[in-house]
Amino acid sequence: MAVHTAGAQRTLESEAPPGRRARRRPTRQSRVTPYTFIAPFFVVFGLFGLYPLLYTLWVSLHRWDRLTGDGGFTGLANFRDLFADPDFYNATYNTFSIYLLSTVPQLLLALAVAWLLDRRLRARTTWRALVLVPQYVSVVAVALVFSQLFGRDFGVVNWVLEQLGLISAPVDWTADTWSSHLAISFMVMWRWTGYNALIYLAAMQAVPRDLYESAMVDGAGRLLTFRRITLPAIRPTLLFTVVISTIGGLQLFAEPLLFDSQANAEGGTEHQFQTLTLMLYKYGFINNDAGYASAVSWVLFLVIAAVAALNFYLTRRLGGSDR
Amino acid sequence: MATLPAAERPRARAAGPRRHDSAGPLAYALLAAVVLASVFPLYWTFVVASHSDNSVLGGSTPSLVPGGHLLENIGRVFDTVDFWKALGNSFTVAGTTAVSNVLLSSLAGYAFAKLRFPGRNALLVVVITTVMVPTQLGIIPLYLLVTDLGLYGKLSALIVPSLVSAIGVFWMRQAMEENVPDELIEAARMDGAGQLRTFWYVAWPGVRSVAAVLGMFTFMFAWNDYFWPLIALPPENGTVQIALNQLAAGYYTDYTLMLAGVVVSVVPVLVLFAVLARRIVSGVMAGAVKG
Repeated sequence: MAVHTAGAQRTLESEAPPGRRARRRPTRQSRVTPYTFIAPFFVVFGLFGLYPLLYTLWVSLHRWDRLTGDGGFTGLANFRDLFADPDFYNATYNTFSIYLLSTVPQLLLALAVAWLLDRRLRARTTWRALVLVPQYVSVVAVALVFSQLFGRDFGVVNWVLEQLGLISAPVDWTADTWSSHLAISFMVMWRWTGYNALIYLAAMQAVPRDLYESAMVDGAGRLLTFRRITLPAIRPTLLFTVVISTIGGLQLFAEPLLFDSQANAEGGTEHQFQTLTLMLYKYGFINNDAGYASAVSWVLFLVIAAVAALNFYLTRRLGGSDR
Repeated sequence: MATLPAAERPRARAAGPRRHDSAGPLAYALLAAVVLASVFPLYWTFVVASHSDNSVLGGSTPSLVPGGHLLENIGRVFDTVDFWKALGNSFTVAGTTAVSNVLLSSLAGYAFAKLRFPGRNALLVVVITTVMVPTQLGIIPLYLLVTDLGLYGKLSALIVPSLVSAIGVFWMRQAMEENVPDELIEAARMDGAGQLRTFWYVAWPGVRSVAAVLGMFTFMFAWNDYFWPLIALPPENGTVQIALNQLAAGYYTDYTLMLAGVVVSVVPVLVLFAVLARRIVSGVMAGAVKG
């Protein structure tokens, strides 16, 4: 952000007398003020973020109808039912399948795009902006557009595949597990690849250029330089994106909901693309079984925490020893 | 490139004309393919939305040329659902949360960057950690809470929980640290200015442009949000995303209608994006380096 305000900063600095760093003794007012300035965030987060999350655990231990309220403490009954529910395992499988199909190619592709952008380009900002555009198209719009693109009868994807002779009859993308997962993953990839590419690009530009210079002098090619210098240097950023896309990717909701034109949270006729968040929505807000839905919530929370931690660990090991 | 970001200028110059750095034809070709992939779905949306009915899609070759029925289809969108109300609701919610996020995040960011108080670093760590918390999973109690507060169905159900965000606080702290010299704050305090006056007259002018980007991000995020509005508002008083969703409902999908709705919903955000593209790009990239 220093970019835009660098000018302002220069003016401010030239006005300020250098070296004056006298500390004033804090007054009563200045002791309280900092806390009132930061209080809004903590109040809002505590009330509307943390409290609901913790309260979910409490609700999950009850029979709880969304409309009529608490129906009595049932202990772990909701969790027992959940672990005996085939839908739960199916949704877990779908969640992981779509998460992997969308995240792994997405981050690799983003790396490649960043690598392409990390060189002297004409109209540099335009390229960056065009790559970033999909990030600002709403998930709902993306889902509707892609449900057309992947439509059975009028879809562009089927048309292209037919022209290429890859399929003989139109594919009903919503009908099968693999095809629906693929289509949903494309939505996620389309929306997020450019964003991640710019994040990587920013990290790549912070790599000292003389490192590349000396590698070039030593006769290293582009790919080798990328592997030996760029990748290790941007590891903290890789870590960040992997964790963030894990947290987001395991909570996919709108894409699978709207891929089904009935938007009924079943995730297709055979639940073939029902994710855990869809299941949470279905039980919480369609079946009104808030207790059961809260159990789904908490299991998903633990899954996300575990996978994020695992990915953190794996990515940290990437590219050799810690520096 | 007349307005190259200042921070990048020296590096670019120092790099000089070097073989390693410059993009060849292949790099341009690959980038063009990437851009095509990122823009085509939007163009296609426009094409479908400007044709008269699904039949244009059913021919042996889909047309890549826009038709002449865009306005007519948009008219049908407004006849099918109350899109005016949805647009109004979305503007209200997104505008309010953008303004409040900017103000509250700036105040908190100022405190974290420029004021000394016990627990500052620990509290800052708490703020940063909360970015990672999947609060979406608390959606059921959030619904119960909002209902108990009597906010269900009201726009304030969307606004109040989003008044200020961790990312905003973190971002504005960074901006204060980089763009507002301590000396200036101290000078103002020496002259007897109170904290609020110091914030407003000394710190705020230095971070205004960062605040603008934050406001815009918040606006777009609120505009595009779907899960919570779906739950907190009844369909007849929804946001643009909810209205869009209603266009898609049903057994027979009218793609021209549905995608005309997408055009209406996407245009405000894309206009904002086009106008501020340069700032958005450097905003995303700056957030990345520091985040």
